[in-house]
Amino acid sequence: MPFGSAIGLKMGKATRDAFGLALAEAGKTRPDLVVLDGDVYNSTRTEYFAAQFPDRFFNVGIAESNLVGVAAGLAASGKVSVLASFAAFVMCNAYDQLRMSVAFPHLNVKVVGTHAGISIGEDGPSQMGIEDVALACALPGFTVVVPADEPSAHRATMEMIAHAGPVYLRAGRPNVPIVYPNGCELRLGRANRLRDGSDVTLIANGIMVAAALEAAAALEAKNVRARVLDMHTVKPLDRDAIAQASRETGALVIAEEHLAAGALGAAVAEAAAELAPCPIRYVNLDDRFAESGAPEELLKKYGLTPDAIVSAAQQAIAAKQR
Amino acid sequence: MTTAAGSGHPTSSLSAVEIVSALYFGGVMRYDPKLPDWPDRDRFILSKGHAAPVLYAALAEAGYLPREELLTLRKLGSRLEGHPNMRRLPGVEASTGSLGQGLSIGIGHALAARLDRRDYRVYVMLGDGENDQGQVWEAAMAAAKYRLDNLVAITDRNGYQQTGPTAKVLDLSPLTQKWSAFHWHTLEINGHDVPQVLAALDEARRTKDKPTAIIAKTEKGHGIIPLLEELKDTNYHGKVLPKDVAEKALQMIGE
Repeated sequence: MPFGSAIGLKMGKATRDAFGLALAEAGKTRPDLVVLDGDVYNSTRTEYFAAQFPDRFFNVGIAESNLVGVAAGLAASGKVSVLASFAAFVMCNAYDQLRMSVAFPHLNVKVVGTHAGISIGEDGPSQMGIEDVALACALPGFTVVVPADEPSAHRATMEMIAHAGPVYLRAGRPNVPIVYPNGCELRLGRANRLRDGSDVTLIANGIMVAAALEAAAALEAKNVRARVLDMHTVKPLDRDAIAQASRETGALVIAEEHLAAGALGAAVAEAAAELAPCPIRYVNLDDRFAESGAPEELLKKYGLTPDAIVSAAQQAIAAKQR
Repeated sequence: MTTAAGSGHPTSSLSAVEIVSALYFGGVMRYDPKLPDWPDRDRFILSKGHAAPVLYAALAEAGYLPREELLTLRKLGSRLEGHPNMRRLPGVEASTGSLGQGLSIGIGHALAARLDRRDYRVYVMLGDGENDQGQVWEAAMAAAKYRLDNLVAITDRNGYQQTGPTAKVLDLSPLTQKWSAFHWHTLEINGHDVPQVLAALDEARRTKDKPTAIIAKTEKGHGIIPLLEELKDTNYHGKVLPKDVAEKALQMIGE
């Protein structure tokens, strides 16, 4: 990954690894926890739970619709169901099941989509979940979480299991830099301010949090003081943090590894427009599929870089001075 | 009920009456209407959710709701929605209506029984046309994989789906052989013959190490077929009987 080394961030595990390890840890204290996988457990890392709790692990095959339905039935009989597959497959293949079997009866099912975004690299667009957050946000009652790094993905997994109700958690394939070196406090629905500043606020989640921190450092060299918010929870959104950022810094940049439609950028803009309008710029995939390639090359080609955030911040700041 | 509501699926409900009655009132299912969340209760999931009236009538007869409430079907504020909603009406085990989803949910309940060492059983009723859905066959394979002998799938094989005979829209035959090929114990019965239904459910209970699929041959609109013939529509899907015909129908069924 290209992000973070310029500002001395150390590399950590992938968020899918942190999820898998946290899940296995939670299994020890939560006998009601069951885990289901769509035959990708060595990719989603539910393998760690499976190895320790084989009786509570169900690999139902490459059949995402049934995966979601079985998880719903287990939850309806009192279990905490965590199901995992690739973000693209579980959200797109089983959307009706998520809608009718999980969201409508508001069951305690935790949906984990791994291999999200274009940073999975060479496997290409068929495997890249780039619309998963928007789809999850459109499910009534779902909480939607996109952790940035290893410590926060671990915390988010624990919070997800403790939360009553359906949750979507997005995890990535590649190792990512650690933005919370000393562990992290993570409360669902509450943004974390990683850096303070008064000229612009960089709001990001997932791998774009490290990119935003690097961008903030580059902006500081240009005498621009940028606030950085890790908006790990897209729904419910921390509207107070957005209103405060808008009022105190007067410009927002929203960065995410996702299509423009219906995810963090749209949600933040909606809140800002209502509560405290200000100039906003976006760093995302816009309205297009990516392609195969090395993760670093893809992120660069599709504009998901610290440089892109710096230039978006400069544009947003220029807009507020007009 | 559907005539009073002004919409609904009376014929899809009539094909399932004997099966649902056998489950609730033939000494098959264990339940207590005063304890709808009793962990040891048997579960009935109406995967063909459009037949909600037959479920609501059974739940009323079983004591989950007053009989008078049946006439609130589909009205604003009623717990008796057009398709079953488990969050509103006690006794409803799954919110269905998008076809194909009930069997997967049933597998979840059946696996939970095994994990919790409970001996409750899970009955899922599927529509004939519902067997078109790919998810049904994903679920069929999973139930066989986990050898869920506490799970029974009953197909209400009434021969029709929304736009015509199942044999013409998407031919499912040989349906029983399909379920057998998916490693289920299978039984073919006349779904209107209560002793046959009870015998099949008993055989399912005695069948170990595999789930049981009951293919119940039925008539859509059973009990009022002559009236449907008069109306020149023996499918009569998703529409209600005119008031005068409904009265004749009730007389014909014997109220």
